[in-house]
Formats: sequence, C-alpha cells, structure tokens
Amino acid sequence: MRRSGTSLELGQLVSYALMALAVAVIGLPLLWMLLGSLKTNQEIYTMPPQWLPTEWRWENFGDAWNAAPFGQFYLNSIITTLAGTGLELINATMTAYAFAFLRFPKKEWVFVLLLAALMIPNQVTILPNYLTLSDVFGQTWINTYQGIVLPGAATAFGAFLLRQSFLGLPREVLDAAKVDGCGHLRLLWDMVIPLSRPVLVTFGLISLVAKWNDYLWPLIVTNTQQMRTLTVGLTYLFDQEGNTNWGEVMAASMFVIVPLLVIFAWAQRHIIEGIAAGATKG
Amino acid sequence: MLRPASLSTSPEVDRVRPVPQQTARRRAFWRAEWFLFVLFVAPNLLLFGIFSYWPMISNLYLSLVRWDMISPVKTFIGSGNYAYLFNDVTFRMVLRNSAVFTVGAVGGSLLLGLATALLLNQKLRWRNGARAVLFAPTLLSGAAIGIVWVYIFDPRFGLLARLLGSIGIGSPSWLSDPAWAMPAVIIVYVWKNVGFSTVIYLAGLQAIPQDLYEAARVDGAGVLWRFRSVTLPMLSPITFFLVITALLNSFQAFDIIKVMTEGGPVDATNTLIYYVYEQGFVAYNAGRAAAAALVLFAIMFGITLIQLRYAEERVHYA
Repeated sequence: MRRSGTSLELGQLVSYALMALAVAVIGLPLLWMLLGSLKTNQEIYTMPPQWLPTEWRWENFGDAWNAAPFGQFYLNSIITTLAGTGLELINATMTAYAFAFLRFPKKEWVFVLLLAALMIPNQVTILPNYLTLSDVFGQTWINTYQGIVLPGAATAFGAFLLRQSFLGLPREVLDAAKVDGCGHLRLLWDMVIPLSRPVLVTFGLISLVAKWNDYLWPLIVTNTQQMRTLTVGLTYLFDQEGNTNWGEVMAASMFVIVPLLVIFAWAQRHIIEGIAAGATKG
Repeated sequence: MLRPASLSTSPEVDRVRPVPQQTARRRAFWRAEWFLFVLFVAPNLLLFGIFSYWPMISNLYLSLVRWDMISPVKTFIGSGNYAYLFNDVTFRMVLRNSAVFTVGAVGGSLLLGLATALLLNQKLRWRNGARAVLFAPTLLSGAAIGIVWVYIFDPRFGLLARLLGSIGIGSPSWLSDPAWAMPAVIIVYVWKNVGFSTVIYLAGLQAIPQDLYEAARVDGAGVLWRFRSVTLPMLSPITFFLVITALLNSFQAFDIIKVMTEGGPVDATNTLIYYVYEQGFVAYNAGRAAAAALVLFAIMFGITLIQLRYAEERVHYA
C-alpha cells in the first residue's frame, strides 16, 4: 500500500527527475534550433558555443525568407498538401462507404485488391512513377502540381480505418433513415459523415502531416525552384548555406516545422488519442 | 443487438411474394447499387492501378534491362542486374547498413518507448504535457529535423560538442567519420520516433486490468516479477504491432539520411532506399534501381507476411 503524506517520496522524486530528463532530451534540439535562428554568425562560430544569444538577431528570418523564394515554397506546399489530403479523404470515405454499406457481387475480391495495395510502399514505385508522369499522353507532368499530388492521392489505410468506423455506427439510426426513403448519397452526406467526424479528423490530420513533410517524391518530381515544396526548398538552401550560415538555415528550418507544431498544439489531444486508439484496438 | 430474424431486414419479407413486376424493379434497384459501388471505389482503385500495381510490373521489366533513362534503347540483360547487385561489395554493404540501421532504430525506439511509457504511467503531475513533448517530433519533417541535427552534431559549434565538452569529453566528428555516421543517423531516427512507441505503449499499459497486479501482489510477486509476469505478456500484442510498424518505417527512412549524410561517408550510411534513389536519380542506372527496389519490396513483403501469419496467434491471447 502507498504511504500517504504530503512530502514527496524518494521514488517519486526520481520519477520526476527522469521525466524532466526525457523532456529535456527531446526538447533541447528544438530549443537549439530556435536559439540558433536568433544568433549572429559571430556568436554561432565561437568556441565553445554559448546557449543564449547576447543580441537577438531577428533579421535571420528575413534573410532566410529572401535567400530562396520561400513564399513560393509555402504556396506550393499548401496547394499540394490540401489537394493531397482532400483527395485522400474523399477516396477513403467513398471506398469505405462502398465496402461498408453497398452490395456488390464478389465484393471480397475487390477488397483483396485494395489490401494488396497496402503492401506496395511508395518508395518502391518512385522510378516507374517518374517514367509514367514524364509521358502522359505525350505531355509531361513532371514539375506540375498534379505530378506531385496524384501518386499519393489513393489510400488503402484510410479506407480500412473509415470502414471499420462506419461499421461501428448505430445500425438502428441508419436503418431508420433508409426506411424514411433516404438514398445512399443523402445517407452518406447527412448521417455517416457527421457521425464519423472524429475519425475523419484523425485521418485527415495524419494525411496532412504526411503530405506536408513528404520529401522523396517532391524531390524527384520537381526540377525548378518555382515548383519546389517547403521541405525540398529548405534542403537546397541547406546545401548552399549549411555550415556557413547556420542562423539563416535554422530560421528557414523553422518555416517548415512551426506550422505543424502550431497544429499539434491546437489538436494535441485529438491526434495522440486518435493514434493510440487506432493502434490498440486494431 | 440481437433481434428476431423475422424483424431483421426487408429483402426476406419481400421474397415471400415474388411478383414479376417487383423483381424487375428490384433488379434495377440492385443495378443502381452496383453502379454506385463501382463509382465510389473506382477512383481509388484506378489510382492504385496506375501508381502501385503498374509500377511493380514496370519494375520487374526494368530490372531485366540496362538503361540510362535517356537513350531510346533498353538492352535486355536478363538477371544481369541482380547478379551485379549480389556480387557488388557496395550493395552487400548497403544490405548490412540497412540491417544495422533497422535493428538500431527499432530496438532503440521500442526500448526507450517502453521505458518512458512506464515512467509516464505513474501518477505524475504534467505527465500529459511530457507525453505531448515526446510525441511532437514524430510529426515534424525529417528533412528539417535532419538539418537541425547536422548543426547539433557539428564537432566544434554544435550542441553535443557543448554538452560533451562540459563533462570533459571531446566530440567525435560524427557525420564525417564512417564509424560514427551510422550511430548518428540512428540517434536522430530514435529521437524523432520514440514518442510514437511511448504513446502506444502508454495506451496499452492503461488498458491492463489492475486486478491482475493485485492478484500477483497477493501471490507475493515483487515489482520485477510483476513486470515480467503481467506487464510484458499483456503488452506483447502491442510490442508486436510496434515492431512491425517500426520495421516497415525504418526501411523507408530516406529524408534524414539524404539530408545528413547522403549515404556517406564512403557509403557508411547507404541503405536500400537511399541506394534505389541514388542508382535511379543520381547515377541513372534504371535497371539496377529497379532491381534494388524489388529487393526492398521483397524484404518488406516478407515482414508483412510474418505479420499476417502471426498476428492471429499473438494478438488474441486472452
């Protein structure tokens, strides 16, 4: 039995210390990025390096913004992320609805076709997909938004996740709506989607994070500065100025990282609990 | 949820009185539903056909030719690319690197994930905040994180040099030393992904019924014995899930390696996925890239099969 009392026990003290250590190990690199983005080059390249900047150099952010067309990178990332996430959500919802509620002969065979797609990782398909997109009916889709978005627009994972959730909806409510003469499209739009909002939001966020951070495919499929996404544009800046201008490169890294940290701070509970529930249940 | 069969669904009721008119209408009704099914499933399957299934066939063909991705001629060389790969010293090193990276990445993130989950499973203040901090890096761009860590690993001006220096240890030149580059990228991978294991293990720990611990305690089991006889077995399905997920993810780790080391120095961090990229889009050896991609696919497919084979037995333990 636990000893009761107001003073902290030794074991608990150790636990708090370990928790602080874990938080420090994860947090310090991010803090180092933030501090680096505010230091002058002179301070960055002194030995031994100091923790805090003596004068805070906010100009690093402006310099980084002007060192490469980050406005264009943002635009490209926002367009491709929103389009990719939107298409994945639509595909997942329609496929899940079809497998959960619509009858079709030999439906389970079609299901296997979808299941098999889950086993083909994107990384294995980069070369053929590049070749496919370099000649679409005589046109090249390399270096286009559709070229960046389309290979990642299908989803088997999302379809399974949503199907599972659709099947768990209260049958009585759906049946009642059907008896009232509610067609499938109305049923999907007015009942299934509103009732499944939490899982749609979770999947949408997972997809959003993956698209925003995607690196390998945009790296391959874009070849002008105008079309680069944030992650790719950042690494080009790093290739030019890493090691010689860390302050600016750290500021530029924050351009990529901060939007996701903001989303996470806002939807933290939802993301963590959605992921934990998905993994432990299924 | 149990309902009498007679009340269940309408089709059975209708079948009692098969009026021809009605069956015709019913058939039209079915067709409409099939049509809707096809309409709903087609976009997803079409995209998979073009961007997942076709590439596998294409890969298979490309792996049998020699082609520089520019010339109009592809020379058929049979199993030549595979023979090259398995006799190539570099490719053998690539396979070994992939194994080392995977074992380090998976082992590190699972062990530390379990440890932090056990820690945060206690009644501590701010533990939800700590969980959020630990989880945050899993959501961040590997490319950006890789760049931040290049600065941290800098042997003269980096954070690690600063920390090691304060306890009197000189920093190794992490990323330019073939012996240290692999540990460095593993550290970054584990740092970035440990929070995922923490969150999943924590959810698993919270789902273990407390009376199991009470029973073990009554039997006189100590802390370590309770951990061995209750916690670990109850977590085994989650461990299994995490091992498979981490295995598959680590084989796909590209951005961190590309940014931090470009597979170097002297191929010390060249893994399968990086090799595929390098052969395809740097060296323009389409055939070798396709063959290596299929080797990568075969490994990942094998892991998935193991998962499907053992998932049943392991997951439904209770």
